[in-house]
Amino acid sequence: MPPLARRNLFHDRVRLVVTLTGIVFAVVLIVIELGLFVGFTTTTSGLIDHSNVDLWVTSKHVPYIELGAPFSERKLYQVKAVPGVEEAQKFITRWTQWQCPDGRQESVQIVGIDPDSMLGRPWNVVEGSVEDLKIPDGILVDELYKQKLGVTRVGEVFEINHRRARVVGFTRGIRAFTTSPYIFTSFKNALDYTGMPADQTVYIQVKLAPGADANQVKRAILERVRDVDVVTNHQFSRMTQVYWMFTTGAGVAVLLAAALGLVVGFVVVAQTIYATTMDHLKEFGTLKAMGAPNRYIYKVILTQAALSGVMGYVLGMFVSLFVVRASQSGGAAILLPWQMAIGMFFLTLLMCMGAAIVSINKVTRLDPAIVFKG
Amino acid sequence: MNMKRKTEAEPAISVRNLTKTYAEGAAGVPALRGVDVDVCGGELMLLMGPSGSGKTTLLSIMGCILTATSGSVRVAGREVTGLTEKELPAIRLAHIGFVFQGFNLFPTLTAGENVELMLDLKGVRAGEAKRLARSVLEQVGLGNKYDSYPSDLSGGQKQRVAIARALAGNPQIILADEPTAALDSHTGRNVMELMRRLAHEDGRAVIIVTHDPRMVEFADRVTHIEDGVIGAAAEPLPPVAEGILTHNYGKAAGLNLA
Repeated sequence: MPPLARRNLFHDRVRLVVTLTGIVFAVVLIVIELGLFVGFTTTTSGLIDHSNVDLWVTSKHVPYIELGAPFSERKLYQVKAVPGVEEAQKFITRWTQWQCPDGRQESVQIVGIDPDSMLGRPWNVVEGSVEDLKIPDGILVDELYKQKLGVTRVGEVFEINHRRARVVGFTRGIRAFTTSPYIFTSFKNALDYTGMPADQTVYIQVKLAPGADANQVKRAILERVRDVDVVTNHQFSRMTQVYWMFTTGAGVAVLLAAALGLVVGFVVVAQTIYATTMDHLKEFGTLKAMGAPNRYIYKVILTQAALSGVMGYVLGMFVSLFVVRASQSGGAAILLPWQMAIGMFFLTLLMCMGAAIVSINKVTRLDPAIVFKG
Repeated sequence: MNMKRKTEAEPAISVRNLTKTYAEGAAGVPALRGVDVDVCGGELMLLMGPSGSGKTTLLSIMGCILTATSGSVRVAGREVTGLTEKELPAIRLAHIGFVFQGFNLFPTLTAGENVELMLDLKGVRAGEAKRLARSVLEQVGLGNKYDSYPSDLSGGQKQRVAIARALAGNPQIILADEPTAALDSHTGRNVMELMRRLAHEDGRAVIIVTHDPRMVEFADRVTHIEDGVIGAAAEPLPPVAEGILTHNYGKAAGLNLA
């Protein structure tokens, strides 16, 4: 087949630029919105997903990780005694106040762990180590929040809830979904920073023995320990994600923005592909007069749309990757997992092909007698 | 590609009692009223008449582009009235080649690619299509213009490419709508000479709609149409054509039809 579609597309450079701009706009808009959604979702459950925990023992009816209610640490020993439990540790997440050097108060989220355990540890530690949390008053802060908290280097001393806190290291890229940064510290320090009684914990993290059945252990814990719920790591992660993304409506807004991007992109692409088709309407009439079946003409239009889609996708992803990279050091994480990149390719093609159908309808109804008009 | 044909006894196109009424208001506008025309292979027929007389409508119906309101149209021996819009393209592709007033070339394709497009529609493979396209362009005297874009060609060359494109489909019938209207007289005569060769040497039925009385000398027959009704058409050509031209354009045209 002579390269009619390709030539038509490249013949009018201005129109091509307009078409590609429309597609790039749509791709970038959708990638950013979906990337924000994925980024937010991942952020909400980050503590759980990186915890290396199999089961979480919580107070009754905890909807998400930030809303755990304290209970007696004696339950820890009851849990440890359950067959199939290899390790169980106390874990705290609570909001409290950080005193900045300039006198400002910032809300922070204390994460209290056992530095000797592999459960619930911070990840991506780029300066200092988790073991440094054994130092009295030691805390780990994420690099993203240095400015917000007024932190510049390891060794600096601050006040959390009127208690001394020394920065012993930094993590990289551990975001909090809320505006309150995570402050990692030892469980003991966490009790002090949050003002909780020494005999209380907020969660018990459970690591199962090799070969142990999670559901069986869960039931056993519920039988032996009163007034608690037990959820798997995956369940707890999902509960937290669903709460933040859907119950609060934050995720719905982002998804709606992504859908809006799709609609805007579709309209822009449909309009430009339609205009291109109209420019070549007489040529399509000639093709029809020559005896071309409709499917031949559809092929030309769809090929134009597909070529536009592929070029728009490549350019759009290039811009998107730039935006995603820039977001890593910003306040909101935009994630672009490879599955989304591949899905976006098909979505772009679908959008362009769908937009071309508007033009195809016009050509289908085209009277080939148009060829005799001037 | 051997396009030589013998003149056949059965008309390549046969139109009987054809009417076409365009819907406009309650009554409609009649464009053709009981038209009868036969055109055989090897014959070049001019279809002449004033603007709005129904020439292009008749050409469109004979070319299976437009459907008649009533009557019969046989193309290459097949009755085409009653065929659906999905069936008509196949008839056009198999039997009819079009040449248009405005050339209707694809500006983004080279001359060779314009011709290849027709061959592609006919299902000819790319390599073979390229060879055939070059051959057909050589037949119309444009063998050296294969890679030229229409914008780089003169009007006459464009029309020759359009004719080559029509020929590439090896049609029995060539329908041309004012093929010389956009050309100067010398180039127009060259094009008409080519059309006559297609009829006489290749045995094709060539039907040309034209306003131009200078083209009459190339015709085997001139059919006059006015207000959707076929006027006089007879052979031999010169006296009939003279009569028609006298009727339409007057002696003042100063035409030498001998």
